[in-house]
Amino acid sequence: MFWETVKLAVQAILRNPMRSFLTVLGVVIGVAAVITMVTLGRGSTAQVTTDVEKLGANLLMLTPGQARFGPSATTDTARPFDEKVVKTIIDQLSSVETAAPTGSSTMVAVYGNTNYRTRVTGTTNNYLQATDWDMAQGRSFTNLEEEAGKQVCILGETLREELFGNADPVGENIRLGTLSCNVIGVLSAKGASSFGTDQDDIVIVPFRTFARRIAGSSDIQLIYISVRDGFSTDRATDDLTALLREIRRIGAGEDDDFTIRDMEQMATMLTGVTDVLTGLLSAVAAVSLLVGGIGIMNIMLVSVTERTREIGIRMAVGAQARQVLLQFMVEAVVLSGLGGLIGVVLGLSFGAIGSNMLNVPFVVDPQIVLIAFAFSVLVGVIFGYFPARRAAQLDPIQALRH
Amino acid sequence: MSSPTVSLPSEDPQSVIALRDVTRVYGKGDALVRALDGVTLDVAQGEFVAIMGPSGSGKSTALNVMGCLDRPSSGQYLFKGVDVANLTRDQRALLRRHYLGFVFQGYNLLPRTTALQNVELPMIYQGRPRAEREARAIAALEKVGLGHRARHDPSQMSGGEQQRVAIARALAGGPSLVLADEPTGNLDTKRSTEIVELLQQLNREDGLTIVMVTHEDDMAEYADRLIWMVDGRVDSVRKTRGGKR
Ligand SMILES: Nc1ncnc2c1ncn2[C@@H]1O[C@H](COP(=O)(O)OP(=O)(O)OP(=O)(O)O)[C@@H](O)[C@H]1O
Ligand SMILES: [Mg+2]
Repeated sequence: MFWETVKLAVQAILRNPMRSFLTVLGVVIGVAAVITMVTLGRGSTAQVTTDVEKLGANLLMLTPGQARFGPSATTDTARPFDEKVVKTIIDQLSSVETAAPTGSSTMVAVYGNTNYRTRVTGTTNNYLQATDWDMAQGRSFTNLEEEAGKQVCILGETLREELFGNADPVGENIRLGTLSCNVIGVLSAKGASSFGTDQDDIVIVPFRTFARRIAGSSDIQLIYISVRDGFSTDRATDDLTALLREIRRIGAGEDDDFTIRDMEQMATMLTGVTDVLTGLLSAVAAVSLLVGGIGIMNIMLVSVTERTREIGIRMAVGAQARQVLLQFMVEAVVLSGLGGLIGVVLGLSFGAIGSNMLNVPFVVDPQIVLIAFAFSVLVGVIFGYFPARRAAQLDPIQALRH
Repeated sequence: MSSPTVSLPSEDPQSVIALRDVTRVYGKGDALVRALDGVTLDVAQGEFVAIMGPSGSGKSTALNVMGCLDRPSSGQYLFKGVDVANLTRDQRALLRRHYLGFVFQGYNLLPRTTALQNVELPMIYQGRPRAEREARAIAALEKVGLGHRARHDPSQMSGGEQQRVAIARALAGGPSLVLADEPTGNLDTKRSTEIVELLQQLNREDGLTIVMVTHEDDMAEYADRLIWMVDGRVDSVRKTRGGKR
C-alpha cells in the first residue's frame, strides 16, 4: 500500500502542475535566500580571519593608556612611548623578534602636477619585517636613513600607480606637505584589508623623519611587536608587561598605563562585526523563508479545500482516512522536499557565485542547509497534513458536497 | 497490501439491507429538514429494487445511508445483519471497499484523471495487482460501451459518458451490492436500456443485489420491486410486472 500511495501522490502532483510549481516556488525562494546569505556571511568571516592571520598571528600592538570601553575611553593622560622603549624591548626580551614604532597621518602627496591623498606612515624597516611586507622594487631604508631621519620614502602600490602610472618612481622626488622626499622603493601589493580599506594606499618614511617633519613630536602612539618563533603571544605579552611596568615605574597594585593587543583579539573583534552582519542578513533571509512557508501553507490550504471532494471520492470507494492522509502527507513531503532540494542547490550556487564576486572564500554551513531544508519540509507536511486530516474526518458525503 | 474485511454473520440473513425507522434530518429550528422521516425497508439478497419519488423526497439520502456514506440521525441500519452504527469509520470504509459499488447522481469522478484510472480507483484500495486492475477496468468500460475512451479525462467527455464511467467504476471492483442514484439520468433511451439491461443481467446471472433510484417508469420496470417515496417516507411498495425480460 505504501508504494501505491507514493504513486498516487506523485500522480496527484503531476495532475496539477501549476499548483505544484507554486508550492515549490515558495520553498525554493526561501531556502535559497537563507543559504545564500549564510554562505556569504560565513565566507566573509573566514576572509577576515585569514586576513588577520596574514597580517601576522604573532603580532602584538602596544599603545599607551589603558584600554577602556565606551565613550570615556581615553589615552590623553597616559605617557606616550619614546624610541628608547622600542630599543629596550628589542634588546631585553628574548620572546620578541622585533619592534617598530609607528605614527601616521593623512596627507596629500604631490608629484609633478599630480596630487593624491594618502596615508603617511612613519616607521622603521622592522615594521616591514613584522608585517611580512616585501619590496616589489628598489630597497628599504638603510640604518643611516633611519637614524638621521633622511628624506626618503617607500611607496605603496596604489600611490605609485596614482602618481607615476607607467613611469619608474625610484629616484624621483615627491612632496608630502613641506617635506620633499626621494622615492627609494615600492612595496608589493597587499590588496584590501578586512575593513575594505586599501592597504596599498600608503607611503612610508623613516620614523624620525615623520616625527620631526610631520608630527612635530617624537612621541610614539603605537608600537608593532613581532613575537619570536617558538614563543607564545601570551608569553611575550607577559614579558612586555613586566618590562614596561618596570620602565614606567608602576607600583604593585597600580593599573597598567599601556595596552597590549594581539591579533587574535583583533580577529575576534573583526569577526564579531561580520558575525553581526551575517546574523542580520540571515534574519532577513529567515523572514523570506517564513514568507515562503506561508506561501506553501496557503497553497496547501487552498488545495485541500479544492481536494476535499477528492478525499470524499476516495473514501466513498473504500479508502480509509489514514490512507488518504498518507497520500497527502507523501505529496506534501515530495513537493516541499523537492522545493527544498532545488532551494539548497540554488542557494549554494548563488553563494558560490557571490563569494567569487565578493572575493571571499566559499564556506558551506551544513547546519543551515539542514535547518532550511527541514523547515521547508516541515511546513509542507504540517500544512498539507492538518487540513487534509480535517477533511478525512468528515463522512464521505459531507466531503463530497464541497 | 493487506485487505482486511469486516466479519459479517456467516448465515446469510434474508436482508442485505434492513432500515428500521431511519430518520435523517438536516439543519435545526425553522430550517429543519426531515430528508428521511422514519423509513423502514428491507432489500433481500439478490434482489433488484427501484426507488422512485418526486424530487426532494429523500431518495438520494436513503441511498447514501445504505451506502454508509452518511449516517442516520436516528433509527437502525443493518447491513447483512450488522448494525452499522456499531462499526468504526475504518470498518465502514472496508465495507464500502469490499461489498459496495456506488453510482452517484453527480458522478463524482476524479478530475484530471483518465477514465481508466477512475475505474481502477476502488480496486487500488482493494489491493488488486495492477494488471488485474487494468484488465477489469477495461472490461467494465467495454461493458458500458466506453472501451475506446479509456485514456480520456472526464473533462473531455459528455455527461452521459461520464455517467457510464461512474457505472463502470461501481461495477469493476466486483461488489455484492450496487447502489445506483439515477444511473441513466443523462442517457438517451437506447443507452438507458443498455445500462439497465446490463444491471439486470448482473443481477440475474451473478446474483448482484441492486438498489436503483430512477425517475423513469420504463427503467423501474426492470426491477423486481418498486419503492415509492414521498416526503422522506416510504409511500408504497409494489411488485413490478416481474421485470422486463
Ligand atoms: N446537506 C443537506 N443539507 C440540507 N438539506 C439537505 C441536504 N441534502 C439534502 N437535503 C434536503 O433533503 C431532502 C431530500 O434530498 P435528496 O437529495 O435525498 O432528494 P432526492 O429524492 O434525491 O431528490 P432528487 O430526485 O432531486 O435527486 C431535500 O429536501 C433536500 O433539500
Ligand atoms: Mg437525488
